[in-house]
Amino acid sequence: MTDRLFPHPRLSVTLMLVWMMLVNEVSLGALVLGAALGVVVPLLTAPYWPGRPRLTRGWGLAGFVALVLRDVVAANIAVARLIIFHTNASLRPAFFAVPLELRQPEAITLLAGAITMTPGTVSCDLSADGRSLLVHVLDAPDPDAVRDEIKLRYEKRLMEIFP
Amino acid sequence: MSGAGVTIVEALASLLIVIGAVFGLVGSYGLVKLPDLVMRLHAPTKATTLGVGGVLLGAMVHAWGVEGRSSWHELLIALFLFVTAPISANLIAKAWLHREGADRPLPPTGRECGWANDDPPPDASESGRGDPPR
Repeated sequence: MTDRLFPHPRLSVTLMLVWMMLVNEVSLGALVLGAALGVVVPLLTAPYWPGRPRLTRGWGLAGFVALVLRDVVAANIAVARLIIFHTNASLRPAFFAVPLELRQPEAITLLAGAITMTPGTVSCDLSADGRSLLVHVLDAPDPDAVRDEIKLRYEKRLMEIFP
Repeated sequence: MSGAGVTIVEALASLLIVIGAVFGLVGSYGLVKLPDLVMRLHAPTKATTLGVGGVLLGAMVHAWGVEGRSSWHELLIALFLFVTAPISANLIAKAWLHREGADRPLPPTGRECGWANDDPPPDASESGRGDPPR
């Protein structure tokens, strides 16, 4: 019963918090309306999001987000330097494939998002069976090294969170 | 807050806004300068996140330190930006692959099927929880 009423409990809590932040105040009215949204929105969107992601160490996500935020800053500086100090001819762009060990769609989405936000890489496509990720890199003398770093730095951490 | 404190906070907020503006400028310059679409995609997805992030941090520091109120809207803007930027980048890349991908050799998937842009999904029964990633 509770499963049917709250198909995604974490989404419900997140929506409530987002609503409180949108209203920009902590009040009973905002809390009640946020709670109502937290019940209604997951119910309406449940058909498009069947199944709950399996999380083992939910708090590990906070660590992952912190890591990505740090890398976003590094990525910005790295890409800014490439744009300003390199001629277009000296850039070595490449496509490469990252074989995925992650199986949960939510985890793959997170990984693809993290890749896009971090140093010089944009995730472009998935293989048709969802087990390989197509990534474009702006400047890589050695795309294999970039692929290995993605697997080691992001995918390994996500594997521990979404087994 | 005392006058000196406010000055320091205002200086900090200004610094953050200037840093953000510089990254926004570099991102826009990259958009103009880089030669083709997939390379151009790198400039706005990254340089601009820190550009907007810097301005938002500056606004938060100003709201807290100078106006003396808490403000959460900036965090939400950053959150929405981080959720939407990779998805729009992905869509643009996929559209580009549709139009011009045929001229460019893509690396093999390392799987039996091709990239999702070209091939239909195989039998979905063995992936993840049963619902294939789309």
